[in-house]
Amino acid sequence: MMKISLQNNAVVMLIFSAVVLTAPLWLAPIGADYPDLLQKFAIFGIFAIGFNILFGLTGYLSFGHAAFLGIGSYTAVWSFKLFTMNVLPAVILGTIMAGVFALAIGYISLRRSGIYFSILTLAFAQMSYSLAYSVLTPITNGETGLQLTMNDARVIDSLFGVEAEAGLPSTNLFGQVMSGYSGFYFCAVILIIGFYVSLKIFRSPFGLKLTAIKSNQTRMKYTGFNTRPYLLSAFVISGMYAGLAGALMSITDPLAGAERMQWTASGEVVLMTILGGVGTLIGPLLGVGIIKYFENIFSAMNPSALHEIFNFLPLWLENIVVGITRHFVGDGWHLTLGAMFMLVVIFLPGGVMEGITKLFNYIKKKLGLNRVDSEDHVSEGGDRK
Amino acid sequence: MDAILIQILNGLDKGGAYALIALGLTLTFGTLGVVNFAHGALFMLGAFCAVSVQQLLTLSKSVKDESITFFDAYKDQPYLEIWWGDTGTAIIDYAVPISILFAIPIMLLIGVAMERGLIKHFYKRSHAEQILVTFGFAIVVQEIIKAFYGANPIPTPAPDIVSGSAAIGAMLGLSESLVYPWWRLIYLLFAGVVIFAVFAFLKYTTFGMVVRAGMADRETVSLLGINVERRFTIVFGIATVVAGLAGVMYAPILPPDYHMGMDFLVLSFVVVVVGGMGSLGGAVAAGFLLGILQSFASMNEIKSIFPGIDQIIIYLVAVVILLVRPRGLMGREGVMED
Amino acid sequence: MSTKDKSKDESRRDFLKATAATGIAASSPMFFVKDAYAGSHNMPFRNNPGSAKSVKFGFNVPQSGAYADEGADELRAYKLAVKHLNGEGDGGMMNTMKPMSLKGNGILGKKVEYVTGDTQTKSDAARASAKRMIEKDGVLMITGGSSSGVAVAVQGLCQEMGVIFMAGLTHSNDTTGKDKRRYGFRHFFNAYMSGRALGPVLKKEMGTDRKAYHLTADYTWGWTQEESIKNTTEELGWQTTAAVKTPVGAGDFSQYITPILNSGADVLILNHYGKDMINSLTQAVQFGLRDKQVNGKQFEIVVPLFSRLMAQGAGDNIKGILGTTNWNWSLKDKGSQAFVKSFGAEYGFPPSQAAHTCYVQALLYANACEQAGTFYPPQVIKALEGFNFDGMGNGPTEYRAEDHQCFKDVLVVRGNQNPSSQFDLLEIVQEVPRSQVEYPASMFGGELGPYVV
Repeated sequence: MMKISLQNNAVVMLIFSAVVLTAPLWLAPIGADYPDLLQKFAIFGIFAIGFNILFGLTGYLSFGHAAFLGIGSYTAVWSFKLFTMNVLPAVILGTIMAGVFALAIGYISLRRSGIYFSILTLAFAQMSYSLAYSVLTPITNGETGLQLTMNDARVIDSLFGVEAEAGLPSTNLFGQVMSGYSGFYFCAVILIIGFYVSLKIFRSPFGLKLTAIKSNQTRMKYTGFNTRPYLLSAFVISGMYAGLAGALMSITDPLAGAERMQWTASGEVVLMTILGGVGTLIGPLLGVGIIKYFENIFSAMNPSALHEIFNFLPLWLENIVVGITRHFVGDGWHLTLGAMFMLVVIFLPGGVMEGITKLFNYIKKKLGLNRVDSEDHVSEGGDRK
Repeated sequence: MDAILIQILNGLDKGGAYALIALGLTLTFGTLGVVNFAHGALFMLGAFCAVSVQQLLTLSKSVKDESITFFDAYKDQPYLEIWWGDTGTAIIDYAVPISILFAIPIMLLIGVAMERGLIKHFYKRSHAEQILVTFGFAIVVQEIIKAFYGANPIPTPAPDIVSGSAAIGAMLGLSESLVYPWWRLIYLLFAGVVIFAVFAFLKYTTFGMVVRAGMADRETVSLLGINVERRFTIVFGIATVVAGLAGVMYAPILPPDYHMGMDFLVLSFVVVVVGGMGSLGGAVAAGFLLGILQSFASMNEIKSIFPGIDQIIIYLVAVVILLVRPRGLMGREGVMED
Repeated sequence: MSTKDKSKDESRRDFLKATAATGIAASSPMFFVKDAYAGSHNMPFRNNPGSAKSVKFGFNVPQSGAYADEGADELRAYKLAVKHLNGEGDGGMMNTMKPMSLKGNGILGKKVEYVTGDTQTKSDAARASAKRMIEKDGVLMITGGSSSGVAVAVQGLCQEMGVIFMAGLTHSNDTTGKDKRRYGFRHFFNAYMSGRALGPVLKKEMGTDRKAYHLTADYTWGWTQEESIKNTTEELGWQTTAAVKTPVGAGDFSQYITPILNSGADVLILNHYGKDMINSLTQAVQFGLRDKQVNGKQFEIVVPLFSRLMAQGAGDNIKGILGTTNWNWSLKDKGSQAFVKSFGAEYGFPPSQAAHTCYVQALLYANACEQAGTFYPPQVIKALEGFNFDGMGNGPTEYRAEDHQCFKDVLVVRGNQNPSSQFDLLEIVQEVPRSQVEYPASMFGGELGPYVV
C-alpha cells in the first residue's frame, strides 16, 4: 500500500511532473505561456535546483555559478559547430565540461569557507567572464556571442549525410526541432529528471551529511569526518546542473554570450534561490518563476498595455490606476523587482516558500486538521543563524 | 623610469580610491557583520549629492531660446549668475567642494534611517536574507535616482583651478612629462585623511573601544549597561557618510550615473575580503595593493607578455592571497567564516 | 494553426479567454513546425496579420543599463513614427520622403500598433525580449537596440524566426559585414565609414605627420573601429604609436592614460562608446593631454563616433573634439527639419541620432510593405534591397542589396565651443559625400542567407 503523502517520492514526482508538463495551460491566463519564457522557466529552474544543492544543503554560498552556465553554453554550441546538430551530445558534453571546471574551481575554492569561499568563486567567474569577453574571442566570439555559421564542420552530421539546409540548421533531437514548444518539453523533461535527482539527494544519507556540515562543520571534523570530499561532490554536482542549464540555453537558442558568466548572472541565481526559499525543494523554482516573469512580462508593459489590462474599471479609476502602475512596469520593472525583494524578505523570512507553508498550516488549522505533517523541508527557513 | 614613477603614483591614486570606497563597507560588513549589497548604492548617492548641489546652484530661469526656430525651446540661465554675476559663476564652479558640506549630514541621515528602519532587523538574520534585502534596497534607490536624473552620466567638473594637471616632474626636478591631475592628488590626500580619521576614532576613543568590544561579544557589553545598539547605529551612519564622501569626491573623475554603484560593488567586496574580514587596516592595505598591481598590469610591456592580464589582475591577486593567507591580509578569526 | 493566426484586434480579455481555450492545442509538441510556411508568398508566414485590422511592431530598446536614455529616445521616435504612419500628427518625414508609397492610413490599410521590450544591452535579454514579441505578441517586425553585440544577436534570431529586423544604433562593421543576415537591415553608418569620413578632415586639421595612440574598448566593435581608423590614418602617413585594449566598463581609465604621457604620441584616438567614452575623455582631459605640446605640435584627441547624449555626459570636455555622427538635428535639409520640428513639438527637445535612425527605419519598413503590397517577408526584403530614397536626412540614400547597409552622407562633427543652446553641442564640420565612404560589398565577407526560412 502506498501512503498518499508528500514524504513519498513517487507522489511528489507525480505531482511535480503533472504541474510542469501542464505549465503551458495554467500559465496562459497570466500571459506566460509562450515558448521562450516557458523554456527559461525550466532552464533556470534546473540552474536554481542545482545551486540549491550546494547552497541549501551545505550553506556554502557560491557567487560564481554563472561561470558553469557559460561553460555549458559554449560547449553545447561548439558541439553543434563541430559534431552534430543533435542535442544529446551537446547536453552531455556541456554537463561534463562544466563538471570538469567545477572540479578544478571547487577543489581550490573549498579550501576556504564562508565569505572567503564566496569571493574565490566570484573571482574565478569574473576572470572567466573577462577573458571570454576579450582575449578568448577566438573560442567565444567575444561580445557578439558564439554562433552557428554556414561553414561549420559538423563532422557527425556530414558523416551521416544530413542534407544542408538553405539557412542555418536548427538544433534537433533526432529530427524533432528543439525550438518552440518542443524545446520547452525537452527542457521540462530534463527539469523533472533534475528535480528527481535533487529530491533523492535531499533525502539521502549524502544529503544528510551535507546538512550536518552546514549546521556544524567543526564538530563534524572533530569526529574524524572528512568533509571536503562531500563538499566537493556537492559543488561538482551543482556545477553540472549549471552546465546542463547552460547547454539547454544553447539548445533552445544557439547563441552563447559572455555576459552569461558575469557576476550579475551569478547573483541572479543567488537571488532566485533566496527569494523562493533556501534549502527547500520547490522554493528555488518559485524564485525563478517570479524573477523571470518580472524580467519578461513586466518590462514589456507600457501605458497602452496597462489600459487594456485595467479596462474593466470605470474610466476615471482606470486612469488613476494606470497613472500609478505605469511607474512600476516598462522601464520601471527593476523598481518593482527591488521592492518585492525587500517586501518578501521583510515579511516572509525564509522566502516565498515559507509564506506558502504558513498559509497551508493556517488553512489546515482552520479546517481543524490537527495532524501536523512534517513538511517537505529538509531545513526549515534556510540557513538562519 | 618616468613611466615607472607615474605608474606608481597612479597605483597609489587608484589604491587610495579603492581603500576609501571599501572603507565604508569594512565598517558595515567587516565590523557589523552585515552583508551590505547596498554599499554601492550609497556610494552612488554620495556622487548624486554633488550632482544635486550643482543643480541647485545652477537653478535656472528659463529663457526662450531664439536660436531654435523649429519649436519652442528654452535655455537656462542660473539665478546665481543673474543675481551676482561673476561671483555667482564662481560659486557654481565650486559645486563639488561645497557639496561635501551637504553630503555629510544628508548621508548621515540616510545611514541612520536605513539602519533604524531596515538593517537593525537583519543583524540576526541569515547572510542570505541580508543580501536579498540590501540588494532590493539598492535597486530601489537606483531606480529612484534614474527616475529623477535619467540614465546618462551627468558631468560634475571639479573647480577650474584644480581641473588641470600638476607638473610634479618639473617641481621635483624630474622629467617634464611627469604630470598628474590636481583633483586625483586631492582625492588621494582626502582618502588619507578620512581613513586616518576613521581609524583614530575607532582606535583611540572610548566609543570606538565599545564598538569593537560589542563586535566581539555583544551580550557581555550589553550586560555592562552599555547601549550597543545605538553605537551600532552610529557606526552604520559613519560608514554611510564615508561611502558618500567617496562618491562626492569621485564625481569629477567619473561623471555620475545611477548605475555607478553596482560597478564598484564587487570591487569593494573583493578589497574588503582580500584585506581580511573585520580588519580596517587590512582593507586599506588591500586597496593600495590592488590599485598598484592593477596599474602595473595595465602597462603595455606587461600586457604584451600576458594579454588580458589587466582585466583579471584584481581577481587573480584575490585568489592568490586568499589561498596563501586563509583570512586575507589581516583578517580576524571567526568572522564570516561559516 | 493556433492563436498565432488569429486576428489581433480583439480585446485583451477576449484574447485571454481564447488563449486558455486553445491552450491544449497550443501545448502539443507538434505545434511548431519550422518549414510550415516555406513556399510561395501565398503561403502563410510567421505572424501573418491575415484579415486583421492592425499589425504590430516590436520596439526592442535598452530601458535599463548604461544606454537607457538612448533607448528612451529611440522609443520616443518609434512612437512618433507610429503616429505618423497612422495619419496622426503633422506627418513628419512622410511629407518629405521620396519615393513614398505610404498613404497615412497605416500599412496596407492596417493600423500600426506596437509592443515594447527591454534589451538591457545584453544579447540574452535582447533575444528573450525579441522572442517574446514574436511568439507571444505576434509582431511582424522588430527594430531598435543600442549596441552592435545586441544587433548581431537579435538579427541572427530574426533570420531563424523569419521576422524582419530593422537595426537601431549599431556601428560595428560586422552587422552588415561578416554577420549580415537576409532579414537584417541597417540604416546607421559603420566604423569603416567613420574612418573614411574622418580621414580628409584629420589631414586638413592635423597634417600628415602625426603619431597616434589608440585606446580601444576590448570587444568586437572596438576592434573594427580601431582597425578602420588605423587604416585611414596610416594612409595619411600617420604612425601608430600603440593601440591599447581597455576593458569595457573600466570606469577609471587612468592606468591606461598615464603611459600616453611618455609615449611620444601627439594624437589620442578613443575607440570607446557611451559611458566608457565619457569617462575616458573626461579623465584624459584631466591629465592635461589637451594642453600638451608634443613633437612641437598641439596634442589632439579624436573620438571617431559620438552622439549628442555622449557630448552631454562629457560636458565641457567635448568642446573642440573631432568625430563623426550619423545625423544631427541641426541639419538644414527638409527631411531633417520636418522630423526635428515634429519631434520637438511632441517632446520639447530635439531628437538624438539614435532617434533619427530608428524613426527612419520604421518608416522604411512600412514603406517597403506598402510598396510590395504584402507583409510576406521575402517580398518586403526585396522591396528594401536596392531601395533608393531621399528626404530623410543625409541626402540621397541607398539600401545596398548585397549587404543591407545604407549608403549616405556622413557627418564629421566637432564639440561646439560656444553652444547657443543646451542642445547645440555638435558643430558640423563637413558633410562628407556618400561617394567617399563607399566600399565594395564583398570587403567584409559574410553571407546574407536565404529569403525563405
